[in-house]
Amino acid sequence: MAAVAPYLAAFSARFQLVLQYRAAAIAGFATQLWWGALKIMVLAAFFYGATRSPPMSLTNAITYTWLGQAFLIFLPWNADPEVAEMVRSGAVAYDRLRPLDTYGWWYARAVAWSAARVVPRAVLLFAVAAVLLPALGLGQWSLRPPAGLAATGLFLIAMIGVALLSASIVLLVNVIAVASMTDRGANLMIAPFSNLFSGGIVPLAFFPDWLRPGLRLQPFAGLVDIPYRIYFGELAGWGALQGLAVQLGWTLLLVLAGHAALGAAMRRLQVQGG
Amino acid sequence: MSAVNPLGLYLHYARASVRAQAQYPAAFLMLSAAQFLGTGIEIVGVWALFARFGQVLGWRFGDICIFYGVVNFTFALADTITRGFDIFGTEYVRTGAFDRLLLRPLPTAFQLLGHEVRLSRLGRFVEALLVFVIGASLLHWTFGPAAIPLLVWAVMGGAALFSGIMILSATLAFWTVESLEIVNVISYGGVEAAQYPLNIYAAWLREFLIFVIPIACVAYFPVVAALGRPDPLGAPFWLMAASPAVGFLFLGVCLWIFGFGVRRYTSTGS
Repeated sequence: MAAVAPYLAAFSARFQLVLQYRAAAIAGFATQLWWGALKIMVLAAFFYGATRSPPMSLTNAITYTWLGQAFLIFLPWNADPEVAEMVRSGAVAYDRLRPLDTYGWWYARAVAWSAARVVPRAVLLFAVAAVLLPALGLGQWSLRPPAGLAATGLFLIAMIGVALLSASIVLLVNVIAVASMTDRGANLMIAPFSNLFSGGIVPLAFFPDWLRPGLRLQPFAGLVDIPYRIYFGELAGWGALQGLAVQLGWTLLLVLAGHAALGAAMRRLQVQGG
Repeated sequence: MSAVNPLGLYLHYARASVRAQAQYPAAFLMLSAAQFLGTGIEIVGVWALFARFGQVLGWRFGDICIFYGVVNFTFALADTITRGFDIFGTEYVRTGAFDRLLLRPLPTAFQLLGHEVRLSRLGRFVEALLVFVIGASLLHWTFGPAAIPLLVWAVMGGAALFSGIMILSATLAFWTVESLEIVNVISYGGVEAAQYPLNIYAAWLREFLIFVIPIACVAYFPVVAALGRPDPLGAPFWLMAASPAVGFLFLGVCLWIFGFGVRRYTSTGS
């Protein structure tokens, strides 16, 4: 247990720090509410005149959209900005002097950084989309409760999986930032890719049938598509366990790859500043 | 103001800004590529929806490409020239650097317009044009005599409108000091909304997009007129063709509000 303590400390310190940014959380919440409403209206218009039967009901598509807005920050948008700044200024040398594994240290920080920003936004969004909308008589546009007790439990496990998978991708972006001395290039590429391939822009179910099997096996699917389908019960029993296995498998693979790549990048790193 | 030619001075500002960015060609190329990708990924999602559903309320993928191309081109234009307003809170008000602009015998809004010409928006321009061309070819669009003038007029009105939104967000900084990201809801959110035809939205959102932040007047109406279609919402042709003028009206109101902020300004510097 003593071996894990410093990483837990890194997690809780960052978590508490990031939780302080209330104005940012409220601004993010308002943005996501607006975006959610837009996306739902567009989806509803498509469903309204549909001649072929859609691969997902409108009710589920609405729930999927609200979940996507609530947990938007769990998508790996960019490298850890503090790591990027440390690499630029040379302060990264301090992290190298710690008697700790730098990968584990940064990983704990990355998980805390996303989780602390997700929690307030998700709470506010659930309050509006799952409670306020039905109370206002707009139940058909609301975020529905999960499919059942089993779905709730599996969804919670899947969301922990999302945090871990997302951090493993953020760490890969960190490695690119270390190797190239700037986070700009990698940041600009990762956001569009993770948004599209996770199912964040459009649920993966709506993509053409010949693309779907491949889309559901790639790592980004574990960030949005798999957990949300568990939430409304489309993935249950063995299907849900298979989904969780895909998520966990990619996480382990990306952690191992990121760990090795960070080691290699650090050996070649020249610390800036004097 | 009498001694200087504003257009000549603006071109001077623009040349200096372009030369400065030309010093970092790799950064320019990378940011442009990212703009291209970031905007481009969006249309892939739209394509997936059309591949699944075929049409939305009678609109086809080609129609959406035209709406998408025009509004993104318009926004790219405004985004290229309004960088000074975008960073106004953090780089001018918070630091007190705005005091220097007040000392010069030129309108402050004009000086902020000259802050930077953002070349990296080229990626969004290219992407918007590409999607527009794809849409036009999917529709086998023959471009009636009014189409091109209407589209140019829509882009001009739209650039004025989006610049107005940026100026409004800068005005907020007089009170909040920081730039507020919440304004992105209106700018980026407006672009997002205008990528689809207005009649797919609920009435409250349609009215918001016509009367409050009149993005529909510079995107939906003139594009429907240019396509030569009857408006499913029933607006007559002359009204659709005239509506981009609202963009300039909006810009005027925003400049007036900005002027009010300038008069209320107290420096943070020492």
